[in-house]
Amino acid sequence: MGSLTDLTIRAAAEALRAGQISAIGLLEAVLGQASRTEAELHGYLTIDREGARTAAEAADAAFYRGDDRGLLQGIPLAVKDNMVTDGVETTAGSQVLSGYFPPYDATAVARLRTAGAVVVGKANLDEFAMGSSTENSSYGPTRNPWNTDRVPGGSSGGSATAVAAGSALGALGSDTGGSIRQPASLCGVVGMKPTYGLVSRYGLIAFASSLDQIGPIARTVDDAVTILETIAGHDPLDATSYRGPVPAFRSDIEHGVEGVRVGVVRELSGEGIDAEVLAAFERTLDTLRGAGADVVEVSLPSTSYALSCYYLIAPAECSANLARFDGVRYGNRVDGGTVEEMMGRTRRAGFGPEVTRRVLLGTYALSAGYYDAFYGQAQRVRTLVGRDFASAYERVDVLVSPTSPTTAFELGARTQDPLSMYMSDICTIPSNLSGEPSISVPVGLDGEGLPIGFQVMAPALGEPILFRVAAEIERMAGFEPLPSEKVGS
Amino acid sequence: MSHEAVIGIETHVELKTHSKMFCGCSAEFGAEPNTHTCPVCLGLPGSLPVPNEQAIDWIIAIGLALNSTIEHRSVFHRKNYFYADMPKNYQISQFDIPICSNGHLVVDVDGQQARIGVTRVHMEEDTGKSTHMGGDGRIQSADYTLLDFNRAGVPLVEIVSEPDLRSPAQARAYVQELRDIVATLDVSDVKLEEGSMRFDANISLRPEGTDTLGVKVEVKNMNSFRSLERALSFEIERQQLVLDQGGQVLQETRHWDEAAGVTHSMRSKEESSDYRYFTEPDLVPIEISDEWRERIQTGLPELPSQRRSRYVAMGVDPVTAATIVGGGLGEILEAAVGDGGPARTVSNWLVGEVTAYLRREGSSIEATPLTGEALAELAALVESGDLSSSAAKPVLEGVLNGEGTPKEVAVVRDLLAMKDTGALETIVDEILAYHPEEAARLREGDMKVLGYLMGLVMRATGGKADPKLANEMLRTRL
Repeated sequence: MGSLTDLTIRAAAEALRAGQISAIGLLEAVLGQASRTEAELHGYLTIDREGARTAAEAADAAFYRGDDRGLLQGIPLAVKDNMVTDGVETTAGSQVLSGYFPPYDATAVARLRTAGAVVVGKANLDEFAMGSSTENSSYGPTRNPWNTDRVPGGSSGGSATAVAAGSALGALGSDTGGSIRQPASLCGVVGMKPTYGLVSRYGLIAFASSLDQIGPIARTVDDAVTILETIAGHDPLDATSYRGPVPAFRSDIEHGVEGVRVGVVRELSGEGIDAEVLAAFERTLDTLRGAGADVVEVSLPSTSYALSCYYLIAPAECSANLARFDGVRYGNRVDGGTVEEMMGRTRRAGFGPEVTRRVLLGTYALSAGYYDAFYGQAQRVRTLVGRDFASAYERVDVLVSPTSPTTAFELGARTQDPLSMYMSDICTIPSNLSGEPSISVPVGLDGEGLPIGFQVMAPALGEPILFRVAAEIERMAGFEPLPSEKVGS
Repeated sequence: MSHEAVIGIETHVELKTHSKMFCGCSAEFGAEPNTHTCPVCLGLPGSLPVPNEQAIDWIIAIGLALNSTIEHRSVFHRKNYFYADMPKNYQISQFDIPICSNGHLVVDVDGQQARIGVTRVHMEEDTGKSTHMGGDGRIQSADYTLLDFNRAGVPLVEIVSEPDLRSPAQARAYVQELRDIVATLDVSDVKLEEGSMRFDANISLRPEGTDTLGVKVEVKNMNSFRSLERALSFEIERQQLVLDQGGQVLQETRHWDEAAGVTHSMRSKEESSDYRYFTEPDLVPIEISDEWRERIQTGLPELPSQRRSRYVAMGVDPVTAATIVGGGLGEILEAAVGDGGPARTVSNWLVGEVTAYLRREGSSIEATPLTGEALAELAALVESGDLSSSAAKPVLEGVLNGEGTPKEVAVVRDLLAMKDTGALETIVDEILAYHPEEAARLREGDMKVLGYLMGLVMRATGGKADPKLANEMLRTRL
């Protein structure tokens, strides 16, 4: 066995049950890796050593008693810092919440804890999950463990980095326009956005409520499924949470792709995609064909409007969601002569430039006289995107595209040009608009040794077919994760 | 030029559900500040709303009672504005598809009935409460402000009328009718003093006989039915004066000053507010099936208008019937009628002597020993001639005071009718002897003096004379 921090969740779970390792030993290895690498990577905003040790000891005690709550028991995981954690500082990467200690756990976090998982700490992110490089964190950027001159992607860059670097065996991210899948792609790990409503949003600090979804980041598809199985399912505290039965995620996972109809989305697999990314994508399609999949080209014409649509709907919802950060009840306050002045100063000081830009954009899009041309029109486009997907799924079982148009770019390369940054999510946004599940699987490295991701999309509640195809791609790609010892050396 | 008033009213009713609209916190009034709060109603990061189904049941009931259409699919919206006592800086409300629309109710002012349209009835959440400390208690001069979020998230129903009201009296009758309906449905405390029922009015004037709409003024801060009526009367006079002087009424919000009896222009509310309504993405549309609506319809109690019609059919005067229903005197009336009391007589006592007594004592009907049975007994005593109708009043007072049954009170207070023919004849003869002129006119057949002489007999007997008997005696002396 190599380093403990290189273990998959599955392997660690087996070793824990075989008595080969202890939860506390596993945690100490992870904490050691974090101590060694965090100064450079900055994947975490907070490491909760004390809480994690208590949880790991509790997991060991449970194993000793014969109390086994499943594969996550004793597994060290990272949680993106836009999910609230009882008594552990939660900032969403924003100054406006520095020093904020929530009084409750997000449902997804509570479910991890109930399953015996060990929450190592809170992962860095773009402020309020708005960004694609984690450079918008007001606590400093996270660096890509494969190449520290590069960004890890975003907004769940801290979660993806922690998993890739061995500072956690898995993580929770949140995905509003690609914020799980794009950083997973850039960091060479698996990232999955479930069907909207499958995972409770209760306790997820809202960016754009109709698009936000919590999902897993892990080293393997199998591990991602393990995390999803733990956090999915109806939550009475989230009115948009799905009430039906949770799909049997693993039902088809070993069935291969023989006879599976795979649709290549023309609009997302050509123009604007980096040549090396495209080449890796084509190679993967070839292996799919070789494995018996029926690969066809599919057109989703309305996806060309998806980015514009997203940048109206998401800012509009965020302009209301972020209104509560006013200095009155919690978080940082900057005093003023009047209440209005205090609120204004608090918000000006508390929000970074990207958040400010989106709040202003959204406020404008909802204003009287502009509503119909902007927000109303965006809602109509959203409906069309959904229809395009629906008609495609009459002919194919899954849709595929590259996850990100490029591999990890250099820090600072896009910070001065918001539009080029927004383009990072061109392939991932459509699934958020349609509310359908989507996953990024690493399939190779580019010439500079940076990971390339492959995206699989499926219809709502189509997680079983999604995981089936993703698992086969993963198996065939034989992607080698970054060994822990190489990180930061 | 003569003008008519055009008035519309927005009424807010807090529902008395056990828990708040979007969380499990108690919605009870009067607790220690900030004790009925949780992450949801404090708007803490990450929290989400979950609708209270009881509140939806109740707003459907209100809508049905107001003859509204109940939408099969209704949507919540966010109403965006910043205010320190609003935890999320948006209020979850409804915009283009309220749960109930297009209703009406009928109000009655002095027998004149009018159909008042109810544009919409929608569901929203209440805000917290600000208490400005220091200065004159207003925000501009306060040293600091205390915030209590106990009320934040309490279910609030907004009832918007059409501008169909034409007078302050009609406006008052409208809100009283609403209060009676909501009280009958038993879905709110409807206590104006606790803020569980509040109203704002829009009022404009227009030349009599036209149907254009003038510039409207919104009037706020009316804390009683009487202050609503007074404030609107003041506004009509004020606007009339402005127009008479050739001026123009400004579109503005005005604050009713109860003590001074005037309205003041409120500090300029931001130009025209843009609430940037959009669909609340944290909630799914409310789907109200026919079965759901019918279940509520079937469970509706008898409404005030139905009850009034029933009383009128029983012989009660229409205006009295309205007072009985509005005053919560229906139960005792029905009990009295059930025990054989005549509806008209009993209802007159209830709105007359009984109401006067309750007002004087600051009491409620339930707190007195008066029962329907006692009222029926009293009526029977009058009917049988054992008690004159004038003597019935002190007997009623005695019963209200707890002195006993009507019969007991009448005996103790010595108010039973004089049935002793001899004694009464003596009195009648004496009166005729002392009033020879009237006696002569009576003998000449002038019946007009009969009433006068009857009055004298009653006075001489302290109201105890059996009026039938006395009347007969006077007539036999014709």
